[in-house]
Amino acid sequence: MNPDSIFNSLDISHYIYLSSVLFCIGLFGVLTRRNAIVLLMCIELMLNAVNLLFVAFSSYIGDSAGQLFVFFIMVVAAAEAAVGLAIIVMIYRNTKSTDVGLFDKLKG
Amino acid sequence: MLLLLLGLPPAFLILSFITILCALYVVTNNNPVYSVLALVLTFFSISAHYVLLNAQFLAVVNLIVYAGAIMVLFLFVLMLLNLNKENEPLIKTGWFVAATVSAGLLLVVLAAALHRSSESIMQNPAENIGLVKNLGKVLFTDYLVPFELSGILFLAAMVGAVLLGKKHSAEENSNSDTEPSEK
Repeated sequence: MNPDSIFNSLDISHYIYLSSVLFCIGLFGVLTRRNAIVLLMCIELMLNAVNLLFVAFSSYIGDSAGQLFVFFIMVVAAAEAAVGLAIIVMIYRNTKSTDVGLFDKLKG
Repeated sequence: MLLLLLGLPPAFLILSFITILCALYVVTNNNPVYSVLALVLTFFSISAHYVLLNAQFLAVVNLIVYAGAIMVLFLFVLMLLNLNKENEPLIKTGWFVAATVSAGLLLVVLAAALHRSSESIMQNPAENIGLVKNLGKVLFTDYLVPFELSGILFLAAMVGAVLLGKKHSAEENSNSDTEPSEK
């Protein structure tokens, strides 16, 4: 192994902190934004924080299972984005808005 | 705290700085199109992190799938719905404070829970686990069933998206006087 690679000079805890910060930024966006499309983008940001942590652990431990889990997370994220955007387009046709505050029409 | 940061490798520091800055821009900017573009930049810097971590194949897949496909889908929908202007209503100050506090508290809990975990993991970095040869071998032997299941999930999601995006036929029949009928 290359002696000046990142694994010798950097502890994995820094990647843990970075992913935690990214996840919390995504959560903050989900809690504060009103536009449904931006909410989906913030969820993608949270998913990517988890992906980064998976890859970091996989590389530090030397087990490729973590990187395969990232594949499956990407599959789920792509499916979620496609279905979520289709639902948002559908709602936009009915209400002419993507504001989540107006999406309470499902209440009885 | 800042002195601690100075001892880290500069590549990691600069990339993390760009990542966090772009992520903050995504959640604070009022124009959704600028948010999408900042999110693409965030994904680029996360891909650079993957390269740094010897996960070269995932870095390329991340660029193609996330920055290339999913973000273009978001951009298409934004442009299609004509949302590329700042028309988002502001939330109440109380909600904003509550969201900030809860996100900050989650960060504190995560950092406190995880800050000693690096001592307990066995560090054994291998150089070639991120290459496509190794990943493909593991994917098609140990993880074959999840792979097939994710294919079915994709099919279901595709059918669902098409079905949701299509106009209902009953709706079409009721006001189809002006529209050409489907043959």
